[in-house]
This record gives sequence, structure tokens and C-alpha cells, in this order.
Amino acid sequence: MGLSILGLAWRSLMNRRGSALLTILAVALSVALFLGVDKVRNGARSGFDNTISGTDLIVGAPTGQINLLLYSVFRLGSATAEISWDTYESIDRRDDVDWTIPLSLGDNHRGFRVVGTNESYFEHYRHGGGTQLRVSEGELFSDIYETVIGADVAQELDYSIGSEIVLTHGLGAGGLTDHEDKPFIVTGILAQTGTPVDRSIHVPLEGITAIHVGWESGTRSPFADTISEDMIRGFDLTPKSVTAVFVGLEQRGSLLRTQRALNTQGGEPLLAVIPGVALGELWQVTGIVERALIAVSVFVIAVGLVSVLTSILTSLNERRREMAILRATGARPGHIFFLMVAEAAMLGLCGAVVGVFLVQLGLLIAGPILSSAYGISIGGLGISAIDGWTVLAVFGAATLIGTIPAVMALRRSLADGLTVKL
Amino acid sequence: MTTPPVIDLIDLRFAWQDGPTLLDILGFRVEAGERVFLRGPSGSGKSTLLGLIAGVLEPQSGKVEVLGHDMTALSGPKRDALRADRLGVIFQMFNLVPYLSLVQNVTLPCRFSSARRQAAGGEGQLNEEAVRLLSRLGLSGERLLARPVTELSVGQQQRVAVARALIGGPDLIIADEPTSALDADARDRFIELLNEEAGRSGSALLFVSHDASLASHFDRSVDLSEINRAKGGV
Repeated sequence: MGLSILGLAWRSLMNRRGSALLTILAVALSVALFLGVDKVRNGARSGFDNTISGTDLIVGAPTGQINLLLYSVFRLGSATAEISWDTYESIDRRDDVDWTIPLSLGDNHRGFRVVGTNESYFEHYRHGGGTQLRVSEGELFSDIYETVIGADVAQELDYSIGSEIVLTHGLGAGGLTDHEDKPFIVTGILAQTGTPVDRSIHVPLEGITAIHVGWESGTRSPFADTISEDMIRGFDLTPKSVTAVFVGLEQRGSLLRTQRALNTQGGEPLLAVIPGVALGELWQVTGIVERALIAVSVFVIAVGLVSVLTSILTSLNERRREMAILRATGARPGHIFFLMVAEAAMLGLCGAVVGVFLVQLGLLIAGPILSSAYGISIGGLGISAIDGWTVLAVFGAATLIGTIPAVMALRRSLADGLTVKL
Repeated sequence: MTTPPVIDLIDLRFAWQDGPTLLDILGFRVEAGERVFLRGPSGSGKSTLLGLIAGVLEPQSGKVEVLGHDMTALSGPKRDALRADRLGVIFQMFNLVPYLSLVQNVTLPCRFSSARRQAAGGEGQLNEEAVRLLSRLGLSGERLLARPVTELSVGQQQRVAVARALIGGPDLIIADEPTSALDADARDRFIELLNEEAGRSGSALLFVSHDASLASHFDRSVDLSEINRAKGGV
């Protein structure tokens, strides 16, 4: 019996399928907006949270702690100053420091950031809760003109072991500032990590120094081309400076003490930040925007639900006779009530489910762009609990809203009896 | 054992909210299987009377007995159940639910009443019974049955409404001006068909119209103004 009323409600909606589809679309879009905002937010957070682990401190030249975090870990933005090699060595030599990873940033290859570093990077850098970097193909670099590239770099630029790549000075597009006189050979490709490492090109620190010989002024000097590779190999290629240092401590208990010591040491001024704390500060800043977005999208859902109400209310008048027929053929007031509520609930449910699929479709299409342009990992953004709860909430709210036209239809059909003059 | 009358009105009074008394009927009866013509001009309260008999309206005073049940003493749901189980209703026009097929329109009462469903042959037989009734009323053929009901002619729609009223063999069929939208030829054939089918299923028929010329088709003819004291002075 109940089922057949649901059947009636469904057929009645299909009879007005134009307006029903528009209503479903309105609900679907509002749900998609809400879930989309939530998923991108979570994707950004989990992507960022998973990018670095095991590193106790990040040290760089004084700047904002968020800025230091962004350019050193996420390869977003750029450093305004560097720290000298001597200072780096003094950090590395500290008793409370277990290991350090020096990073030299500032060059790129076809939009992918170049990271000058050493073996320590592959040994100590951890992501996704403690996973070490893994070479999926080839091996780590052992010569100054060798490079290990991230998985996305290899895939998008179609590079394999043995490919030659030319770095570009600075972070702009290639052209006049190419270091084409000194190409690098790909010796290894890293396994996918879902972090900015996938989009990085790793070369030895000495390699960074080498390609900048003759570039001390910031552009290529006419003299640069006259320097042969063999001559360069004869130079002292110890870097003059590094951009940032990842630091692992002997004991985590000394974290705050070491941080303070680095921040207040004499000599070159430094900024040492704790990654988790810097991330926390970043989320505080973005949290305000996130909450505003969530609030707006909740209101948009409310608007979607109002469109459910509108669509049913506008149909009531033309359906007075239909109600009278149903009453005459034995429908109880409860049937009429249930019919109207069922229509609202179906519109809400269909809209919400379509919305969930719209989001999944959107992630499928926009996901690669999000991850490449903004480092938002969309892995693990499939259907999750929040989708279920949202569908349930919208379904519940639509059902509740359905009682308004239901009560109206009920009153009218009781007053009309069997006689509706139209 | 005597069969109770299908309709027995006793000292019935009804007024719409704040309105003057519309109906004041001392006594009116329809016996089982009887086919009665009730005549009255439009606005005389015929449709209201049918609403009272069908149990969707309640009188201010007096008694409406239908099939031995005092409608005024029954609860709303019980009246609804009685209507669903044992009454068939045919309107003047627009009888059909636009989003249901012909067959679905005919079986509609069986959705609301399991007694009606059983009487029509049970769940599995419903559609066959509907098709059988429709074909007895001259509506057959797959193409016709597949058409949206809104595309049927008025005469065809009214015959679908008859099939719906007949399904499950109700004890009483009430028809409210079912022929007013039909031309003379179609009207006579429609009434013959309705009478024949009501007779076949043993249903009593209360046929209401303003058109006195139809009275000859029925066992008995009653003028509403004769039994309704409320309109006497107007």
C-alpha cells in the first residue's frame, strides 16, 4: 500500500517532469556546491598535512613562518633571501641535530620546480605519515649533472631514464634564461607520493652551483659560454648558500629549545619553524574563509530546498481535482498527506544524490588541475560519510518541508469534498 | 435476513460553513441493486448530497446510513475505508488522474482498499480485470490502452471512469452528472452501458442529473426539490 503511494508520487512527479527536473537540478547544484567546498577544503588540508612528516624544524632566512613553509615544503611562492653555507654547516654540526636536508630552490624546468639537495633528502624526507621516498625506476643521482625527477614530471613531460633536460634560471618560462649549455640527465624517477615531490626535479647542490657559474649577476654573462664542463668540474662547487634546511633532531624533547636557539643565535639571523605549528597557523588563516564558504553553501542548499517547496506549492491548485479523484476512489487524508510529502522527499533525495555524483564527476574532471596547480590532492575524496550525511539531511529537510504543501492539500481536499469546480 | 438499504437518509441537515441550510431531507432511501435517478437543477445541492453519501462531508444533524453503516457515527478513516471498499464514484468530467494509464486509473480504488483488490480477483488479476471491464465498455486494443488518458475523448474518459467505479463490484455506484459533457447519442449509449454493467455486478446506482429526459432509463426517479425542504421557499 505504502509502496503504491510512492508509485503514485513518482508518476505524478514524472507527469511534471520539466519542473521536477529543474527542481532536482537546483537541489543537486546546491548540494554539489556544499560538498565541493568541503572536499576541496579537506583535500587541501590532508594534502598539506601529508606532505611533510618526520621533519622537526624548517630553517630559512627570516620571513613569515607560513611563507617559509609554503616555499620550502609546498614549492609555492619564492624565498626572498637565503642562508649561507657556513650557517647551514653550523646547524648540521649541532649536537642536538640528527640530520639535515639542505634545499636550494629558485630554478625551474618547464614549470616544474628544481630542488638542489643531497642524498640526505632521499634518506630522511618523509611524507604521508612516515613514508620514505622511493625510486620506482633507475637510481639516485651520483654526478653533478644527473637528476631524479618526480612521478608527475616524468609522466607529464614523458621523460624516462636517460632523458636530457635543460633547467631555466628563475621561476619564469624558458627562453633567454635557459641553462641549455648544461643539460642534466635523468637517472631516476621517484614513485608517486601525492605531494609536491611528484612535481619536483631533484639535482645535486653542486649541479645548481655548476649551472650558475658565469651567472653570478643573475643573467648569463658572455663569459659563461666559454666555460667548458671540464673546467667547471675543476672548480670548487660547494654552494655559497641554501634556501632552506629541513632539520631532524636527536630527541624531539629538545624541539622548542633548539627552535629558540636557532631563532636567537648570534651571527646570521634565522627563522626556524615547526611544520605542524606553521600549518596550524595557515589553517587559522584559511579557516575564516572556509567557514564563510561553508555558511554560504549551506544557505544555497536552503535556497534549493525552497525551490522544492515552490515547485510543489505551484502545482497544488491545478491538482485539486486530482486530489478529489483520489479521495473519491478511497484515498484517506493520510494518503494525500503522504503523497505530497513523498513528492517533496523524492525531489530532495534525487537532487542530493545527483549532487553527490556531480561532485564526483567534477573531481574526476577538475581533480588533475587542482592537484597540479594548487597541490590539492584529491586522492581519497571519493564518496565518504559526509556525502551520506548530506544526502540524509537534505532528504530529511525536504520531507519536513513537504509537510507544508501536504497540510495545505489535506485541508483543501477535506473542504472540497468530491466537488471541485474548475 | 433482509438486506439493509444501500442508502438511507434520515432527517438530514447540511449547510456549508456560515451558509444557509442547503439540504434538509426527511427521508430518502435506495434499496440494494436499485437504479435511481435523482434530478435537480445545478446549485441545488446534488453534489453536496453525494459528498455526504460518500462520507467525505459530514451533516450538521441527522443520519446518513450507507450499506447499514451510520456514516455520522463512523470515524473519518472508517468512512474512507467504507468508500474505498464498497463505493464507486463517477464525476461530471475530468475523472481521470492524468499521470496514470487507462488500466492504472481503473485499478486505482484497489490501491486504497484490499477488500476491493480481493473482490477484483486479487493482486495478480487486477490488470486483467481492468482490461476486461474496459473492453466491455468498448475500450480495447493495445494502442488505445497505451494512450495517455488526457488524449482520450470525453466519452472515452467517462467510460474509463465507469470501469473504475465498477471494478471489484461495489455495492453502490454514485454518478454526478456523468453525461453532461456528452452529446445525445453518446449519452444514451453511456447510460445503457452503465445500467447494464451495474446490473451485471449487482450494484445499486444513484445517478444525479439536471436533465429530466434521462429519467426513463431508471427504475425510479426522484426530484431533489421534492425531498429537500430547505429549498422549498426559494
